[in-house]
Amino acid sequence: MSFAQKARYNFMKDLGAPALMWLRQSQRKKRPRKPNPYLGPPLKCAGRLREIMTRHYYLSRFSKGAKPVAWVTSGAPVELLRVFDFYTIYPENHGALCGAQKKGPEICSEAEKKGYHPDLCSYARIDLGHAFSGKTPAGRLPRPDLLFCANNICQTVLYWYKELSYYWNIPLIIFDTPYNFQDIREKDIEYMVCQFEEMIPELERISGCKYSHDRFMKIIGIARESASTWGRVLATMKHRPAPISIFDAFVHLAPIVSLRGLPIALDYYRILLDELEERVAKGIGAVTNESKRLMWDNIAVWFKLRDWSLLFAERGLNFVAATYTNAWAETIHYLDEMSPFESMARAYSLVVLNNSLNYRLKLMEQMIRDYQVDGLVILSLRSCKPYSVGQYDLRRLLGERLGIKSVVIESDMTDFRAYSEEQTRTRLEAFFEALEV
Amino acid sequence: MRLWRFKGLSMTYFAGIDIGSLTTEVVILDSNADMLSYSINLTGADCNEAVDQALGQALSRAGLSRDQLSFIVATGYGRVTIPFSDKKITEISCHGTSAHHLFPDTETVIDIGGQDSKVIRIDKEGKVLDFTMNDKCAAGTGRFLEVMAGAFRVSLEDFGQLSLKAEREIPISSVCTVFAESEVISLIAQNQAREDIIRGLHSSVVNRIWNMVQTVGVHGAVTMSGGVAKNRGVVVLMEEKLGKPIHIHTEPQIMGALGAALLAKRHFLQEK
Repeated sequence: MSFAQKARYNFMKDLGAPALMWLRQSQRKKRPRKPNPYLGPPLKCAGRLREIMTRHYYLSRFSKGAKPVAWVTSGAPVELLRVFDFYTIYPENHGALCGAQKKGPEICSEAEKKGYHPDLCSYARIDLGHAFSGKTPAGRLPRPDLLFCANNICQTVLYWYKELSYYWNIPLIIFDTPYNFQDIREKDIEYMVCQFEEMIPELERISGCKYSHDRFMKIIGIARESASTWGRVLATMKHRPAPISIFDAFVHLAPIVSLRGLPIALDYYRILLDELEERVAKGIGAVTNESKRLMWDNIAVWFKLRDWSLLFAERGLNFVAATYTNAWAETIHYLDEMSPFESMARAYSLVVLNNSLNYRLKLMEQMIRDYQVDGLVILSLRSCKPYSVGQYDLRRLLGERLGIKSVVIESDMTDFRAYSEEQTRTRLEAFFEALEV
Repeated sequence: MRLWRFKGLSMTYFAGIDIGSLTTEVVILDSNADMLSYSINLTGADCNEAVDQALGQALSRAGLSRDQLSFIVATGYGRVTIPFSDKKITEISCHGTSAHHLFPDTETVIDIGGQDSKVIRIDKEGKVLDFTMNDKCAAGTGRFLEVMAGAFRVSLEDFGQLSLKAEREIPISSVCTVFAESEVISLIAQNQAREDIIRGLHSSVVNRIWNMVQTVGVHGAVTMSGGVAKNRGVVVLMEEKLGKPIHIHTEPQIMGALGAALLAKRHFLQEK
């Protein structure tokens, strides 16, 4: 790590980035958005979120050489990397950003040109397409010094990160989480803890920093606190009317994914929670006339967020729960400073996608009851096979047990070539007719 | 009394318009839910023109004018393009309603239209309980059969009959319409009996729909709607799979529009 690069990074962090943010903010104030009659007032802290995420992506381009850089999967135990002061980039979060800006097909096709199949996950295609072509709406992403992946979310990440590792000739660390068919076994925990112990010398070598157990315990504490605050943010949607919708939560998810273990994520969720509690006290809802409450299953369709939030809000429908946003609050209570490695193994291997369908069924049943859900929208995702498998059975069983109405729609989260507007609209409208809204 | 009724003074009339990808159908009902007339036209490139033409035809057959219609419901893919409809309802609810009206014991509706196919489960009142549709692909739809009939230069009417004359079935492995067409052309080049190939094509459609039927489950009597219900080849194969006969209206193509007209009547009475 060179001194000049460090000085440049620190300058941009303390002065350059804040100045840029201020400039953007002052420009933004000139164009107030017209209020929508179906949606509640916009969240005051949305500006702060935009600032945090823009700053994160903006600063990343100065991080190379100043800090060790790691590309990390959304379900990887990033807390360990924080001890070594890695600057972390989340390709999945970047994929969502590309999707929201409708750049999915363009960047995916860069990977397809190299022979990657269109049936491959579109996050992987966007990331590989970006690696090959440099195309990104985020300006520029730093090339990593380390790739860090955990297979608790899917198996695709293994091969995707292996490709990157081979292409750039950089080290890859894989955290292997055994799948939970029933309860987690002590041997599995032992296996995962051994992996952490093996990782530490490698991480010391790549980052040039020494491992500090005190620091690690502190980071685990922050991570647990931020995730539980995120859990409380989601729990505000149990109120009627819900102060935010899942479409908002999809956006506000970014810090818990990308900045987990950093104090900034915790600070942000405290601000968000305060604002939401205030909205609950005043009876302000995300949808002006909330008549029915829905649950979402699967990742967000990033290029349709705005359109769909209006489509549902116009009919007084609000999404109040999602298995996806819940995944970052679901198992984090396991984290414990006193036994950081064992607790981290539990927290990361017990997430919904690394668990049996029976677990998912029970989780959804519980959420439907807790959030007083009237209908279920199931997205069968072209990209995410582990998330989409078993959805028809879940739907049937939930219908039988709780009498809940549901609809299955098909799309991809970023690649809108796999989305058909008319077909989806017909399915959704038939669902609205069944809900009588 | 008869004269009074004839002049349409006491009667209210309802129209259902179904704008599909291939055809546009209109059904006119009177207040007793008796069908006065219907029309079927090709949709073509201009939705509005097709609707005007189809509605004009149906009205003239019923001896009515447009201002005598009390309530119009639009359905089908083009439903959003009609500016004068009083309500837009999805074809899923419409097919469920008409199937229940025509055959009250129906609990499962199989609708195979031009660009999509649906299996709908309804309750004893005709309300939709569950449904499934084909995904973003034309396999298992009317368009698939239309393209294949084109490859044989056979009319759609004869296509289904030819399937029934087959001695054996040549399986078609490709589900993609374009690839299946190439497969058919190479089978023709190998001098395979065309009836056997046609039977294979019909099986391919039925197998695709059968998967959807199993997703929703077979309950009660089964009614088939949509243009493909006119194809005996498909119907016979589907009945074999189901192990029971299927209800089919003499004009299955108008079931979407009929459902829309029935719902027009219901909504008119509710609003009143």
